Amino acid sequence: MNKLEAQNVNVYYGANKVINDISISIKPNSVTAFIGPSGCGKSTFLRLFNRMNDYIDIFKMEGKVEIDGKNIYDKNIRVEELRKQIGMVFQKPNPFPKSIYENIVYGLRIQGIKDKNILDETVEKSLKQAALWEEVKDKLKNSALALSGGQQQRLCIARTLAVEPTVILMDEPASALDPISSAKVEELIYELKNNYTIVIVTHNMQQAARVSDTTAFFYMGELIEHDATKLIFTNPKNERTQNYVTGRFG
Amino acid sequence: MNSAVKNRIKDNAFKYFGIACTSFGLLMLAIFIGNILIEGVARIDWDFITNFPSRNPEKAGILPALVGTLWIMGLTAIIAIPLGVSAGVYLEEYGKKSRLANILEINISNLAGVPSIIYGLLGLEIFGRILGMGGSLLAGASTLSLLILPIIIVSTREALKAVPKSIKEASFAMGASKWQTIWYQLLPASFGGVITGIILALSRAIGETAPLIVIGALAYVPFVPASPTDEFSVLPIQIFNWISRPQKGFAINAASAIIILLLVTFVLNGVAMYLRNRWQKKVKW
Ligand SMILES: Nc1ncnc2c1ncn2[C@@H]1O[C@H](COP(=O)(O)OP(=O)(O)OP(=O)(O)O)[C@@H](O)[C@H]1O
Ligand SMILES: [Mg+2]
Repeated sequence: MNKLEAQNVNVYYGANKVINDISISIKPNSVTAFIGPSGCGKSTFLRLFNRMNDYIDIFKMEGKVEIDGKNIYDKNIRVEELRKQIGMVFQKPNPFPKSIYENIVYGLRIQGIKDKNILDETVEKSLKQAALWEEVKDKLKNSALALSGGQQQRLCIARTLAVEPTVILMDEPASALDPISSAKVEELIYELKNNYTIVIVTHNMQQAARVSDTTAFFYMGELIEHDATKLIFTNPKNERTQNYVTGRFG
Repeated sequence: MNSAVKNRIKDNAFKYFGIACTSFGLLMLAIFIGNILIEGVARIDWDFITNFPSRNPEKAGILPALVGTLWIMGLTAIIAIPLGVSAGVYLEEYGKKSRLANILEINISNLAGVPSIIYGLLGLEIFGRILGMGGSLLAGASTLSLLILPIIIVSTREALKAVPKSIKEASFAMGASKWQTIWYQLLPASFGGVITGIILALSRAIGETAPLIVIGALAYVPFVPASPTDEFSVLPIQIFNWISRPQKGFAINAASAIIILLLVTFVLNGVAMYLRNRWQKKVKW
């Protein structure tokens, strides 16, 4: 069964239609890259899966978006529950202005978990998963804002992992980072894909080629092509995809 | 003369003009405080603080007024802080789109400009007469709460607005509800701004005289108010009362009482600054 699925989705911001009849299926434990020129609707489409667009007043959508076969825009879906299953990492690292420790346990605290053993274990486990443990294990009580940008981003990934989601959405997670930090985040994505379904928006073609199993090319609100990454980069069916991945426009 | 030079001259001219304006304000304040200090400091002793008012200026003290001011401050804080902060949170985070919120918003901005004596009349009618509180501490604190609510509401909203949107998004994306996001993220992150607004508002309340006189605060109180339903006086009223007496001795007493009132205000502001700095060390964007 598909992990994520969208069927005939339209999105409007006011009168402006920004997603035009997109359908896509995403397999469990895979990495899918969303690519396409700026403003083509990648972020908007990504944020449909954890309903982050709901906060935009003029947002309106039609169609079906499913996780594990359940329509997430159904009336009796609780968004808070949904978001425990579907984590999100943003373009700009956005740790909370709290300690490293408190950043990681936030997701557990809001679920009402107070047991110190569980919290401690989760902190260690998540930070190890995010390859940050060695760097911060002696300063868990320090402010997360004192970390470098790359460390902050890995902290945000760890924070997301702490609530054990099954899907992680990433919107250009490495674009604000220096090359070394960026490589670390990439490595991390590669490791995580065994246990998580990951969808990543990126403008970096090499990165898409390196980390993803399938790639979806968006253009002006439409999904032009979604296929195995290797095919998209070597032998795309659509000419616009070809032009984009070879850098001839966009 | 080329334009760069001209600009620099203008720049400097403006700078010195600004300095002059600032110094003028500071100078006036310094003269005022210096004057008060010269006149009043010598009169301040333990007796002055622990004595009741008296017809004899040398024996008169500020005890009931000082205790009244502290009571009023405390009660006003208890009433106005939860109300003001909640209203600010509501308007900023919940009510943004509703018509009701729009109407409230316009009215709150208007309320901030209403002369304080009008609040006194409102308090006299609502708290004093309809709710039967008379000229009690509770009536006074309720009236002053009304007066400072707009300040607290507006500063709470400003402080919440200053929290980056990314923090809110991160919290929601972690599965937090709106309330959890406000409680665990927005309020702690905006604490500095909120507390500043609260202190500013309370400092204003301490200095208010007119609305309290209107609701019936007493000028002569021969007892220390012991419960919120007691009648009371406050320092500004005591000062006002003394200043309007012909004897020189009372003028000195008034100066001394002003020093005490200023001290109370400074302490309050000091606490605010301390809290804010402590908090801001932790929160930096
Ligand atoms: N909050 C909003 N209100 C109105 N229009 C919006 C909003 N957010 C995005 N849009 C519009 O929707 C379209 C898609 O935007 P989106 O952010 O999804 O693009 P994107 O592919 O992620 O671009 P980028 O690569 O620059 O991040 C754009 O035309 C944009 O102007
Ligand atoms: Mg985007």
